[in-house]
Amino acid sequence: MRRSLLFLPGNQPGMLQSGGVLPADTLIFDLEDSVAAGEKDAARELVASALRSFDFGRRELSARINDLETKHAFTDLKTLIPAGIETIMLPKVSGGDMVQQVAALFDEIELEHGIVKGRIKIIALIETACGVEHAYEVAVASPRVVALALGAEDLAADLGCARTKEGREIFYSRSRLIIAAKAAGIEALDTPFTDARDTEGCYEDALFARSLGYAGKLCISPHHLDSIHRAFMPSKAEIEFALDVTEAMRRAKEDKRGAVSLRGKMIDLPVLLQAERTLHLARAAGLIQEEPDGENNHEA
Amino acid sequence: MKRDNKVMPSLAEAIRQTGLRDGMTVSFHHHLRDGDAVLNLVLAECEKLGVRDLTVNASALMACHHPIVDFIRKGTVTGIECNYMHPVVGHEISKGLLAREVIFRSHGGRPAALERKEAHIDVAFIAASTSDRAGNCNGRDGRTAFGSIGYAMPDAEHADNVVVVTDHLAPYPVSVASIDERYVDAVVVIDSIGDPDKIMSGTTRVTRDPIGLLIADYTARALSASGLLEDGLSFQTGAGGTSLAVASFIGEIMRGRGIRGSFASGGITGMLVDLFQEGLFETLIDVQCFDRDAVRSIRDNEKHREISASTYASPAVKSSVVDHLDIVILGATEIDSQFNVNVHTDSNGFIMGGSGGHSDTAAGAKLSVIVAPLIRARLPLIVDRVGTISTPGKDVDLLVTQYGLACNPEKTELDYRLRSAGLPVFTIEELHERAVGITGVPGRHPSQGRPVARVVSRDGDLLDIIRAVNR
Amino acid sequence: MELIRKAKSGTLESSDVLVTVEPAGELIITLDSPVKEQFACAILETVRGVLEDFSVRTGKIELADQGALDCTIRARLTTALKRASQPAGGEK
Repeated sequence: MRRSLLFLPGNQPGMLQSGGVLPADTLIFDLEDSVAAGEKDAARELVASALRSFDFGRRELSARINDLETKHAFTDLKTLIPAGIETIMLPKVSGGDMVQQVAALFDEIELEHGIVKGRIKIIALIETACGVEHAYEVAVASPRVVALALGAEDLAADLGCARTKEGREIFYSRSRLIIAAKAAGIEALDTPFTDARDTEGCYEDALFARSLGYAGKLCISPHHLDSIHRAFMPSKAEIEFALDVTEAMRRAKEDKRGAVSLRGKMIDLPVLLQAERTLHLARAAGLIQEEPDGENNHEA
Repeated sequence: MKRDNKVMPSLAEAIRQTGLRDGMTVSFHHHLRDGDAVLNLVLAECEKLGVRDLTVNASALMACHHPIVDFIRKGTVTGIECNYMHPVVGHEISKGLLAREVIFRSHGGRPAALERKEAHIDVAFIAASTSDRAGNCNGRDGRTAFGSIGYAMPDAEHADNVVVVTDHLAPYPVSVASIDERYVDAVVVIDSIGDPDKIMSGTTRVTRDPIGLLIADYTARALSASGLLEDGLSFQTGAGGTSLAVASFIGEIMRGRGIRGSFASGGITGMLVDLFQEGLFETLIDVQCFDRDAVRSIRDNEKHREISASTYASPAVKSSVVDHLDIVILGATEIDSQFNVNVHTDSNGFIMGGSGGHSDTAAGAKLSVIVAPLIRARLPLIVDRVGTISTPGKDVDLLVTQYGLACNPEKTELDYRLRSAGLPVFTIEELHERAVGITGVPGRHPSQGRPVARVVSRDGDLLDIIRAVNR
Repeated sequence: MELIRKAKSGTLESSDVLVTVEPAGELIITLDSPVKEQFACAILETVRGVLEDFSVRTGKIELADQGALDCTIRARLTTALKRASQPAGGEK
């Protein structure tokens, strides 16, 4: 479940500490844009130390490493993967070969540190015209790639267009990315909303992304988390329908019936999958109870 | 003394006519907060007149009152009674500046002590932004308007001698006599009683800090689950950024559910004024204005009522506003497993605050909620034993931190309601463990010096002793 | 590890610590902290642990603490030591 992916500036101890209580699904410890050029080493050390010390609960732990063109990227990976990062966000991904190179590097690091092979996943940040053009190729470049994420600020700069709140300039890229991701069977994650004070604007923006099929949204301010979660919250009718669908499926299984119908309509696999996704979101939003046999790692 | 015109030619003359002598007690209010000029001016005048050994009974000593430290060194002042003391004065007291113990009371305990004759004021100096020649005065009119003058009302009633100090003499009679002429002996006009722009000392804005907002969100959800958010709700919150965020969230819930509250009380901020003007609260009950919006509102709205500190919170009168409170939101420097709260001393034992209305509202309200971050600069909020007991744990019902909530064990129904609402409820011991798991166990070095202050409960009993810090 | 130059790491922001290290003939550790009363021992223990990890036996180590947690102190000191052991303008 990645509805909200919150960037935490890697060189700010107070913010890293907050990560343990902010209600984001994924924390992205940022070593790239939010860290000054001369502080890359300090941020890397700080994030690694925080990963080893803090209890971040059930949040997915991710890090945005530096541009692969720089000397920092390799050290970032060597430092953070053994410290417990689960997902690496690769910035400025332009093609599949780039992903394959990094994946090979992951193989080595995993081997060296006794981590199960293939465990470390990749979120590919698409933020150049070249990246958008090669989005599908990126998505299928390695089984490690679990999501394509759109970075519209850099993309707008690359396209030479102004970035607007309405976002018409990124409509094509948003559409292209969701198609590429879904064709590859992975998730698409929407670009962050940049006005930290405009929570309602963020809600609208996230709602639109969800309507396109996006699974979640990158987030640059904790103030946006609530808006994003609201946008990805299923409606009461959706939940009721989803519950009915799963219940009908369960009964059909009990009765060993093959075909299942609900309210006169056949339920096929896509309907069931949609229903399960809806229930997943509803559970995350606290609208329905956790499944009794689900994970339960609520620690004191 | 002429009964028809009490205006004195100078502050010195006004002081002289009171018969102020060595060893007496003078009183002040802090409605101008960090912009008050009167306390310093009066003490300077007393020094010039050669009066010594005075006890200052002030509702609060703010940062702007730091010259009192010099008056203590010179022997002009040898005693202090107050409800709050800013760290710039507090640190000096903690280092042993004053031979006699400071007496800390609460905003309700102070008038109660006067009513029970446990405290006595010889001369009250009352700063007023408008007064007439007979001493009918208020804080709502004039260029230095500060709003409610509630803390000074008990002083006017109980002091042997009352001097109104104003910078705006209005024709007799002033339209609103918050303090009326029956009590006033003399009026003196000075250039300026202070800077009303500095009333807004400290935070009076909704926090932008994500942790503060998280705490406020938990609090709003807890209040929502408490069963108290209903028509007729009465509510009080302080001026901290997190408390204001709670007020804002409560406003949202009330709007959403169509709830209309009866009153909001206490120190009034623009935030509460907004909720009141929107119709979410019927009345504002105001003992102190925290910002200019509140000052403006109390002047313009009949249902924004000015009350005395006694009406606000005295336990010595037949009933007071705090007895009608449903919910109060309060802060804390430390809290312990018995839910005792410290707002007097910092982690090193230095005086840095005071009860204000903390213990009064906690005792009166049906639900008293402490909101505070679990860790501040490596210091855990929850300690084995608070440095100073400001508010006894029996009056504290709920603690809300960013890591979760903890109910006073006495509050089993509340605990059940909060857990049922899916809130992260723990025992206070569990939250304590969580905190020290992050910070490490702090070493404790309780102050061992001589007593420098006594914290007196609102009922007049000794709550705790604050000792000198000898480091 | 040998310290060859003066280097800093960290900031004076709340929850951070500014660490300054420089070569010296003996080991001198100075600590300034608002939580000195409560955590001086813990902080110094952390500092000594990191120095040991890098086999640093001498040097002037200055900590201007703002209530940093152990993991932050460890990270800041590590960075400062690494910086101080490389010529200026080296890998950052």
